[in-house]
Amino acid sequence: MSLLLFLAAALRISVPYTLAALGAAINERGGVINIALEGMMLNGALAYVLGAHFSGNPWAGVAAAVAAGVATGALHALVTVVARADQITSGLGINLLAAGLTKFVLTQVFHSSSNSARVVGLPDWDLGALSSIPGLGPVFSTPLVLAAIALVLAGQWLLFRSVFGLRLRSIGERPEAAATLGLRVSGYRTLGVLISGALAGLAGAWLASEQHSFTDGMTGGRGYIALAAMIVGKWSPLGAAAACLLFGTAEALQITLQGSGFPSELLQMMPYLVTMLALAGFIGRATAPRAIGVPYDPEQG
Amino acid sequence: MTAPAPAVSLRHITRRFGPVVANDDVSLDLAPGEIHALVGENGAGKSTLVRVLYGLLQPDAGSIEVDGRTVRIHRPADAMRLGLGMVHQHFMLVGPLTVAENVTLAREPGAALGGFSPARAERAVAALAERHRLPVDPRARIASLSVGAQQRVEILKALYHGARVLILDEPTAVLTPHEVDDLFRVLRELQGNGTTIVLITHKLAEVMALAQRVTVMRAGRVVGGGPVASLTVERLAELMVGRPIPPLHARTGAPRSSEAPLLEVRMLDVSDERGLAAVKRVSFEVEAGEIVGIAGVEGNGQHELVECLAGLRPAVRGEILVAGRRCDACAPHAARERFAAGVAHIPSDRLHRGLVPDMTLAENFLLGRQRERTLVPGALLAPGALAALAAPRLAEYDVRPPGPARRARQRSGGNPQKRIAARELTRGAAVVLAAHPTRGVDLGAMAFIHQRLLRERDAGRAVLLVSSELSEILALSDRIFVMYEGRLVHETRPAETDERTLGLYMTGRQKEART
Amino acid sequence: MSAATERPAAPAGTPVRRAGPGADTRRALLTALAPVVAVALSLALGAIFILAIGEDPLAIYALMLRESLGTGYGLGQTLFKATPLVFTGLAVALGFRAGLFNIGVEGQLYLGGLAAALAGAALAGRPAVVLLPLTLLAAAAAGAAWGALPGYLKARFGAHEVINTIMLNFIAFALASFVGRWVFQPATVRTAEIGAGAHLARLDALFPALRGSPVNLALLLAAACAAGVGLLLFRTRTGYELRAVGLNAAAAEYGGVSIGRAQLVAMTLSGAIAGLGGVNFVLGYKHYFELGFSAGAGFLGIAVALLGRNHPAGVVVAALFFGALSYGGLVINQRVPKELVEVLQALVILLAISAQQVMERAARRLA
Repeated sequence: MSLLLFLAAALRISVPYTLAALGAAINERGGVINIALEGMMLNGALAYVLGAHFSGNPWAGVAAAVAAGVATGALHALVTVVARADQITSGLGINLLAAGLTKFVLTQVFHSSSNSARVVGLPDWDLGALSSIPGLGPVFSTPLVLAAIALVLAGQWLLFRSVFGLRLRSIGERPEAAATLGLRVSGYRTLGVLISGALAGLAGAWLASEQHSFTDGMTGGRGYIALAAMIVGKWSPLGAAAACLLFGTAEALQITLQGSGFPSELLQMMPYLVTMLALAGFIGRATAPRAIGVPYDPEQG
Repeated sequence: MTAPAPAVSLRHITRRFGPVVANDDVSLDLAPGEIHALVGENGAGKSTLVRVLYGLLQPDAGSIEVDGRTVRIHRPADAMRLGLGMVHQHFMLVGPLTVAENVTLAREPGAALGGFSPARAERAVAALAERHRLPVDPRARIASLSVGAQQRVEILKALYHGARVLILDEPTAVLTPHEVDDLFRVLRELQGNGTTIVLITHKLAEVMALAQRVTVMRAGRVVGGGPVASLTVERLAELMVGRPIPPLHARTGAPRSSEAPLLEVRMLDVSDERGLAAVKRVSFEVEAGEIVGIAGVEGNGQHELVECLAGLRPAVRGEILVAGRRCDACAPHAARERFAAGVAHIPSDRLHRGLVPDMTLAENFLLGRQRERTLVPGALLAPGALAALAAPRLAEYDVRPPGPARRARQRSGGNPQKRIAARELTRGAAVVLAAHPTRGVDLGAMAFIHQRLLRERDAGRAVLLVSSELSEILALSDRIFVMYEGRLVHETRPAETDERTLGLYMTGRQKEART
Repeated sequence: MSAATERPAAPAGTPVRRAGPGADTRRALLTALAPVVAVALSLALGAIFILAIGEDPLAIYALMLRESLGTGYGLGQTLFKATPLVFTGLAVALGFRAGLFNIGVEGQLYLGGLAAALAGAALAGRPAVVLLPLTLLAAAAAGAAWGALPGYLKARFGAHEVINTIMLNFIAFALASFVGRWVFQPATVRTAEIGAGAHLARLDALFPALRGSPVNLALLLAAACAAGVGLLLFRTRTGYELRAVGLNAAAAEYGGVSIGRAQLVAMTLSGAIAGLGGVNFVLGYKHYFELGFSAGAGFLGIAVALLGRNHPAGVVVAALFFGALSYGGLVINQRVPKELVEVLQALVILLAISAQQVMERAARRLA
């Protein structure tokens, strides 16, 4: 029973990582590095709180969070795809911007730079028999858990079984080849970043809904962990989801062991160490799309 | 005979890049169903012209007609819609994807909900390949295919997208002679089916063998052309370079020294990037005052051989001796040791290997020589002193203008090859490795570099010349080796051979060559 | 290199007719303007935020300027805030010059501070001539180790330094907490005080005008580092080789430079400089390490390097700008939330990299 509860906790914790990592897999396959996940999530979390606060409806919060994520993605696309500036720096800048902007808005709306008022969270769904599974039932009754599972499957199909995915992957590998066939490199890349923004915004909504409020810097580096999971998962949605589950489990373990005297910092380091091992080739080679990080200049293609 | 209405007509195309006029009032007609060769030296403006035609560049002035109608081609999609297809010199293929995915990309056979149907794509590609007799496995990953097969995929891709006019940019540059024959067969067949073909090349023999009409460009302008039947190779060459071609620098009977060889290579094995044997048990010597030429079709191990000698690629086994001293042939990252042992290296990939474009000319002069006491006497670099040291050498090698503080990227700095020569040939090295030293350079610079290499030989150095230009090999070398599939298959002297014989050895037909 | 990996030169096969002699100068001028344009645009965008909350942007900016540069105390505060940014900006710039993006400066600075605090406390009784150098060495060594690790992984396995340095930042944060279980003062998140011999004196002892501000001798150390990095990059063989690797690794390899070694050297030095950045707080201000003391100075170093165009002199100027901005934010907090400064800093980053690209393209067209 307690094991089931533990697994349920691990699954819940994995949700935001999975959503953000899924988005990152899609946009990085198109050749754009996304270090901006953290900022996208943070903006999404604040937008959820604002939407839920002003409307009283959590779904309005979710819509606002997705919109905020997309807007943040649009900024990343503007800097990296339109201006063709460095993608890593843009991501770092956006994260800094989100950190400042959310606090700024927080002071204006809630008159505190550290936390918002309490807002409603997402309601559970009653799925009959599924909901009454002991331990895991409540998890499956949580809309975003089911949504995350469905989205991962959809994302896997989109990247590897759809025309859009084929084109996006071509652009991530060899943009000039796609361009000579008439595909709009910047359009596909932008779309990839916007999808990533929407998913990261959704991840932020989940965090804020779980916590029923926004607190300053509440994503706490989750965007970076999601990015790491995507790398460990070799730029594939299913692989990324598996890595997110692993990282989520480590985090759940950390919470479970709290107060037991076991140094939680060691578990905290686990995702980062695993990622470094993966990058060094100890857990199978993780190879990025070939054109990743390289702005596409049509005059040079 | 009245000419039929042109399939494509380029009218008064002008395109500039900053101060550079790449196309200057260029007009060109393509008759339906003809093979039309577009020839010119590197930098004559051929590529720019076809990039304009294919919508990759916009002209500053001029118009394009297709089938008699004036059209605007803003992007490749427009060109494709008009029935234009292009086979790029650097193949536009996505390595990790399959042949079918590459060919059908952007016009994929769909499935429900925007899905992609690999099976339908494979069937479509297989049928197309069958129809045009272009054998290729639709399921194969591009990265696993040979260069010739990749080119077939490129042609299939153009045909799949409805090309009636096929533009091929230097299609034979990367092919083996056998693959060239295959390509020509395919092109003739396509022509038979009514496809119009534009062949961009600077190999005049190919023009004579394949094309019906030819247009010659020089320095951004059309300078001549017409039916191939009315022209000779000599006349085309004259048009290309703008003056009668001077004979290659005549060899003089050089004093051959009888000292020990300056470069000795014994039983050298070297692998390529994929770990496959590229150089197999190669042994040879280059004596002081001697130019040894290595002829061969590119991709037969010459590149790996030179890189190994230069210390950029470790040997699997074997020995290298420079001026009688053993080098560790199997050591990785040995460029520094090789320079110190007395090797100079003019690399084939000049801009990406030989120069740092964002550094100044003086700093580039220091590349690979940063440990020479004469250039950097103490612990600190003195840019002023370095510039003063570099300036006369740059001037001697005709680098214009010789301002050592200028960035190497700047076009006004003269020919990159001369800059590398200025650095490498003033090292005082015992051994000079020259890989394709005149590829892509204009005739003036070519003569200059030939003359310098001969001077190095006369000064008692050992020069190893690797080139796929047989005329160059024959004109400069004292001894010639032919490299084929990683082995030195033939040794001869210029007086005892000719281009035809070397060509046979280069393509592995030793038996024919010996008869 | 095989033909497949060759980058297509642009525009391919363009004939060389003539080149405008002034073209390069114009281009250089135009691109050098990019940081200025970025700062101006950021301030303009920031003005919109200020207007949105009903304040007067000009008055706010004037207040920031006056308070951060116009008084001795304010100048001292600005210099104090700028000091770690010089270190971190130099660290990032040094990496960039060798073609490496060191995002791990935050963690390197953090551990540098921790090591300095531990060394300074452990050897507290020793005289300054022994204690101070050892403490500085501890800071540099800890940062160097934290930089060398991703450098080694890059050189040995080709593992991307960007991701690894991000990971190492988080590991550094966790590591400091972990070590803190033993070394923190009871019920606090800080270490014991360092010995007096390791203190870096405040500059107001020398310049009374700076009275009360925490600017200290670490500023001079920062200036020395800037000079040292300049000397290294542009006047030594090692610097030449690092720059060659950064600009064209294939050519550097051809020139006998060991790329892996250059990367390791660059990351180690970069980490050492970042680690030294920790002493401003630990040796010059609080005299102990506390959790979270780095407060983003490492990340801001990236902005500083960008704005300073990876040149030591530029880094110093950019660090002063960001230092003034940081202190200015505290000054205006009564009227405008100080978070405005974070927004401004972020906008400067985003606009600087965008303007750089856009203006370079414009310059190319003009040329």
